[in-house]
Amino acid sequence: MNNRHLYVLAALLVTVGLSVFLYKTLRLDFPLSPEVASDAWEVEVKIEFETHGDPVRAELRVPASRTSLPILNEYFVSRGFGLTTTRVDNQRLAIWSRRQPEGLQTLYYRALVEMRKSADPVTTGRAPEMEKPRLGGADLLAARAILDEARQKSADLDTLVAQLTQRFENTSAQDEHVALLLHRRSSARERVARVAELLAMADYPARSLHGLHMAQLGRGSAEMSHWIEVWDQDRWKVYEGATGAPGDIRDYLIFWRGAGQLANVEGGDQLNWTITMESVQLGGLSAAASRERLFSPDLWAFSLSSLPLATQNVYRILLLVPIGAFVILIMRNVVGFKTFGTFMPVLIALAFRETHLLAGIILFSVLVALGLTIRFYLDRLKLLLVPRLAAVLIVVILLMLIVSIVCHRLGIESGLSVALFPMVIITMTIERMSIVWEERGPREAVQEGVGSLVAATLAFAAMSWKLLTHLITTFPELLLVLLAITLLLGRYSGYRLLELRRFKVLAGSAD
Amino acid sequence: MLALARRLRAAGVLGINQRNADFIAAWNPRHRYPLVDDKLLTKQLAVQAGIAVPELYGVIEIEHQIRELGTLLEQHGEFVIKPAHGSGGVGILVITGRIRKLFRKASGDFITQEELDHHISNTLSGLFSLGGAQDKALIEARVHFDPIFESVTYQGVPDVRIIVFRGVPVMAMVRLPTRASDGKANLHQGAIGAGIDMGTGRTLTAVCGNEVVSEHPDTHQPITGVEIPNWQTLLGIAARCHDLTQLGYVGVDLVLDRVRGPLMLELNARPGLNIQIANRCGLLQRLYIVERELGQLHTLEDRVGFAMREFALAPA
Repeated sequence: MNNRHLYVLAALLVTVGLSVFLYKTLRLDFPLSPEVASDAWEVEVKIEFETHGDPVRAELRVPASRTSLPILNEYFVSRGFGLTTTRVDNQRLAIWSRRQPEGLQTLYYRALVEMRKSADPVTTGRAPEMEKPRLGGADLLAARAILDEARQKSADLDTLVAQLTQRFENTSAQDEHVALLLHRRSSARERVARVAELLAMADYPARSLHGLHMAQLGRGSAEMSHWIEVWDQDRWKVYEGATGAPGDIRDYLIFWRGAGQLANVEGGDQLNWTITMESVQLGGLSAAASRERLFSPDLWAFSLSSLPLATQNVYRILLLVPIGAFVILIMRNVVGFKTFGTFMPVLIALAFRETHLLAGIILFSVLVALGLTIRFYLDRLKLLLVPRLAAVLIVVILLMLIVSIVCHRLGIESGLSVALFPMVIITMTIERMSIVWEERGPREAVQEGVGSLVAATLAFAAMSWKLLTHLITTFPELLLVLLAITLLLGRYSGYRLLELRRFKVLAGSAD
Repeated sequence: MLALARRLRAAGVLGINQRNADFIAAWNPRHRYPLVDDKLLTKQLAVQAGIAVPELYGVIEIEHQIRELGTLLEQHGEFVIKPAHGSGGVGILVITGRIRKLFRKASGDFITQEELDHHISNTLSGLFSLGGAQDKALIEARVHFDPIFESVTYQGVPDVRIIVFRGVPVMAMVRLPTRASDGKANLHQGAIGAGIDMGTGRTLTAVCGNEVVSEHPDTHQPITGVEIPNWQTLLGIAARCHDLTQLGYVGVDLVLDRVRGPLMLELNARPGLNIQIANRCGLLQRLYIVERELGQLHTLEDRVGFAMREFALAPA
């Protein structure tokens, strides 16, 4: 028949897919395995506080992405809390809230930061409007005295900042002016704030910076360092708070500017935070992507990495669907598995990515079992088809809600992710399972249900196989090869594996 | 595993993938499917062509008509309700009689008028149809099957399935209801399938599920060697069903009525493969023979004669 046509088409697809793939690997050095290291850190901020059943609102300042330190990914781990992120005064703020928490609460913020070592675009312009600090009485006198002395000993902005910083850093009990200004609260953050105030009095608009000096930090727990940012004629200059030396903003991850704390909590107490850093194997992907941009801008313009990060993340998941669909194709047409709905297992497998496998299988089974029970009860009411489907859908959503609440009460946090299951799919599964149950008996219904779960598990395994997902997301052109194989399998007319068992009797009699 | 596949190939066993790709996709044009998927259309087509079918009492197409059911059924003591788009024998309700306001099912249980209405309403909303689309309910005469199969049937109606490839009958089996199949003649529901010698119309070995059986599990009567009367006529009807629908690979379901003789029940554009197990013989070789010899078979008689000659178990 038209097999020749099909073979030509498949060969064409494979050729195109593989040529782009080979060009990218050989010419542009795209990494083939996800293990090639790159300079990236996972920064984790953990905040803990005690609660006593009052409404709680916790705020955490979080860094914003910059050219030199792009945040490739960030997660907020906040089971049971509502989360919003906003911008206040052009700075990012994460707000967690919850009605009636009890006991010790732990929240996490995690960011994957790549160290690009590239310069940020410089913003130049007119001096920003900044309010001068209002000091009065003794404070004003002390400030003026310190400022005058520093001016005497300095020649330009750099030396002025150095002078002021050193005066505050090497403070001793004898230095009454400094002691007065600090109000005996001598912390690094306070000292930097005072220096910024003094600079502002000297007509240099200045503010404090608070963040992580990535270049000086290693794995493990990290300390915030506080820097100063001063407007010098037409641009901001940064200075390290501890030494007063000019700083390199390229490896300084800014959490916030100006006054304030890293975290705040209302309705709770004993607030405590720790920051840890972990080096991450990124895969040198972004490096390869920028090479792609350099060498073949046309190719880059039509590649995944040219998209905004959020969209890229969506496609990272979407590109997994073909893998799952392919697994289902193999399971159904080559092995001969029976599943409920053609691609239902793929959607279930996608949900497993969020819930994790074991919890996902348990949750799915519980939901379907409960749904089936209710469906059998509804059957006795003799409802029409569509109202019955709608009723089952409503019941499924209610069940999801109840499962979430019960799991939460029992402290099983993974039970909360039940909401990630595609409920329409679950409803259709319940409906079809109950029909099979009635027509062909419970054995076949359970068999088909287990078949669907096995297919979903296999699809999940394939979709979370690191090497495969890396290859597909880095080289989407490989989908053409997958398409070619799929087309060829579309004409596969050999036996299905399970058919071998079914027709075994016939094989014996032929010899 | 590969060796097993090779042995099956040598035995000419047809698998699902090959059936779908090489026979159904190749010889059954999509636009012809409605003719067999809608049992009402099939029936009308058959009546026009003069093929005998169970008499149609009425059709319920919209919910509203259920109310008129009472008057429709008044003069019929026994009848069968079928979804027009049903598959695999699902949703078929056989009423064998009534006592006062109750209807007696084939199994001997009674159901009320209300339950009957609900069954039809479910049928209309597509519960039993492929893909859950809106459906019609057919009400037709109950078949009184020929006593030939009396001893090897438990309730229900035994039917004869003949696979017709491009107008030539290639393989046949008789399906016998059992207690396990609840009086239905579908193999996957537990009915027995017995292969038929194409030459004589005599039953061969039988299978139940995937096991070979020699006697009916409920009546304990031997299944092998039952001779179907008018075998040549049955093959003729089956072959004509191909001409009617222009489907190249079709399963024809026939039933033997005590009074009216062979009746055509329904056609199937995707007939199952269990018939190979029932006959203990692969389909492929027979299909290839038909493809090779088709050029010399001009008339209906040619084709039926060819089938009886070529595919007979022991050439007479």
